[in-house]
Amino acid sequence: MTVKIGIPRGLWFYDYYPLWKTFYESLGAEVIVSDITNKVILDQGVRNTVDEACLPVKIFHGHVLNLKDRVDYIFVPKMMSVYKNEYICPKFCGLPEMVQHSIPNLPPLIDTEINFNKSRKSLMKTVFSFGSYVTKNPIKIRNAYLKALEEYYQYKEHMKNGYIPINGIYEEKEQIPHINYRRRIAVIGHTYHIYDSYGSMNLIKKLKQQAIDVVIPEMIDMKTINDLANSLEKKMFWSYGRKILGAALHYTENKEIDGIIYISSFGCGIDSVIEDIFERWSRRSGMPFLLLTIDEHTGEAGVNTRLEAFIDMIDWRSSNEGNLSTHG
Amino acid sequence: MKVTFPHMGNQYVATKVLLDELGVENIIPPECSNDTLNIGTHHSPESICLPLKVNIGNYVESIRQGADTIVLTGSCGPCRFGYYTILQKEIMKAIGHENIRFILLDPPQGDYKSFFNSVFQLTNTKNPYKIGKALMKATRILYLLDAMEDYSYYKRPRQKKRGEVDIYCDQFHKNVRNLKGYRDVSKLIMNTINSLKKVEEHSQCQVIKIGIVGEIYTIIEPFVNLSIEKKLGDMGVEINKSLKISKWLTEHLYLQPLKLTGEKKIQKLAKPYLKTMIGGHARETIGHAVDYAKKGYDGVIQIYPFTCMPEIVAQSILPTVEKDFDIPYLCLIVDEMTGEAGYTTRLEAFVDLLIRRKEMRINEELLSGN
Repeated sequence: MTVKIGIPRGLWFYDYYPLWKTFYESLGAEVIVSDITNKVILDQGVRNTVDEACLPVKIFHGHVLNLKDRVDYIFVPKMMSVYKNEYICPKFCGLPEMVQHSIPNLPPLIDTEINFNKSRKSLMKTVFSFGSYVTKNPIKIRNAYLKALEEYYQYKEHMKNGYIPINGIYEEKEQIPHINYRRRIAVIGHTYHIYDSYGSMNLIKKLKQQAIDVVIPEMIDMKTINDLANSLEKKMFWSYGRKILGAALHYTENKEIDGIIYISSFGCGIDSVIEDIFERWSRRSGMPFLLLTIDEHTGEAGVNTRLEAFIDMIDWRSSNEGNLSTHG
Repeated sequence: MKVTFPHMGNQYVATKVLLDELGVENIIPPECSNDTLNIGTHHSPESICLPLKVNIGNYVESIRQGADTIVLTGSCGPCRFGYYTILQKEIMKAIGHENIRFILLDPPQGDYKSFFNSVFQLTNTKNPYKIGKALMKATRILYLLDAMEDYSYYKRPRQKKRGEVDIYCDQFHKNVRNLKGYRDVSKLIMNTINSLKKVEEHSQCQVIKIGIVGEIYTIIEPFVNLSIEKKLGDMGVEINKSLKISKWLTEHLYLQPLKLTGEKKIQKLAKPYLKTMIGGHARETIGHAVDYAKKGYDGVIQIYPFTCMPEIVAQSILPTVEKDFDIPYLCLIVDEMTGEAGYTTRLEAFVDLLIRRKEMRINEELLSGN
């Protein structure tokens, strides 16, 4: 009998999904991914999480509920840190506990701790403990891991080349229509905001429909981001934050884009710091900046209006103004 | 150089002693008030947590009184307190205080040279003996202060004449601002403790015991938690705060660099619920809640600033602790919109519930005890 492992389509899913899927599939397990975020998932999540949690965490709880009755294990690793001296948000660190105490009668969780804050020495040990839920054969696990890693690099390479993995599925080349984009806008935010089509209200699709090219932080070379982020006065200790601030520096310096849209969820602790610094920088450099804060009550019409106004503003700016300030 | 620093409960007394002993001129920010908070809220990012907003207000008010240097401390994540220093610097610059000097005391993380440079910058001396001595004295003051606080928590629900304890405490805060140096301040604290000891007690009174857990700043700063110790004390509740600055300082300044910890017991208690540290004081919150339950406290109150990430995790776990140990639990979240009346009502309802529970238990014992 094959082991059924459920992967919730939320939070780090959009960063690591191919890695985990390939890993467990080559170990012989059956991987079930929860449905694409929809109203039912959101509502269920909201009902089963503490009110104070942010939208992506609530959505994640919804995805866990979506998987609950059809899998043997649910994959909720305890992601503490993926780089040296860096962390991920505290809510990520405590996520397995949060899920366990919020939702009753869950199947067992795969909640192995991933912590490379001190060093990466424990990497293989962590991999084996992930694999041990399916098989006890270390050679098989090692091979599966190497294969998964290859898949993961390929996924990252695809993103860099401009394929945006909406809901975790990236479009094939043929599907991208060749149009002449009139503007280029950077959409910045955590991966789980940008790529969740329901949570972000189809932001990327909406932009593309208006013939606007969308760039994402994943398209910048990782090395460039790291070099830029290292120039900060204090080391950014959130991995997501480092990527976003590095991207901010890159975009404000290079001016290869016409504007920036930042998606953040209400109550996000990391964004309350990062977004503020980001906004200050882009204001200083004269880059148009739009902040969209989303939560479970956000109305789509309001977002559309703001988006249209922002794009109009950029259009006028280039045709009429020539960057002159309106008050002389 | 006129140094100022943010408020956090009684901490200003110890910091003042530290700077006085080093011969550094310092300005204590005016007591936190609604003005402080309004200034802070106006200039800070909208969704940042409350402590930063109050801190910004403190700085601005101190600068108005002539301060020209700000001392900031930080940590290295994962809680956002770690990035406070940078953000505060940016905000102060945006307000227009560009010529204010900042001394950042972040944990070194290997870069000891710049850490000691900032220490020397602040202390105006490179003599490690002098710095060490001043630090020891300040630490001693912190312990004395916490002892004084504990006394007031004990006496407040038991005092015969209502408000007597508050008189001594208020007097202390009024007088301490005019004193200088370790000797005078420690004398004043001892005097206050002695007068607190003499406060007359009710002969017969039922005292409810509540443990306070949550985020350290909101637990300690009375302005932010709307003087919860006074409110509960007047309702006849003895409280115990899970986190104290003296303990925090010992833990982070003296023990952690040596990879030791004084919190082993609490961490062990929290383990069945939260396996690892997740930043902030989430693990301590859960550990102490379990500890209070085991010690036979009547209830637990969690306080944290709105959007505090680690405490949200703790909040989703605490109901399980509540069920496992049969101890009532109340969660209070504070931010700049907190209304005092609603807050007091919730506290009163909670205390009523605890009193009723206690009465019922005593009655049960009477009935079943033949």
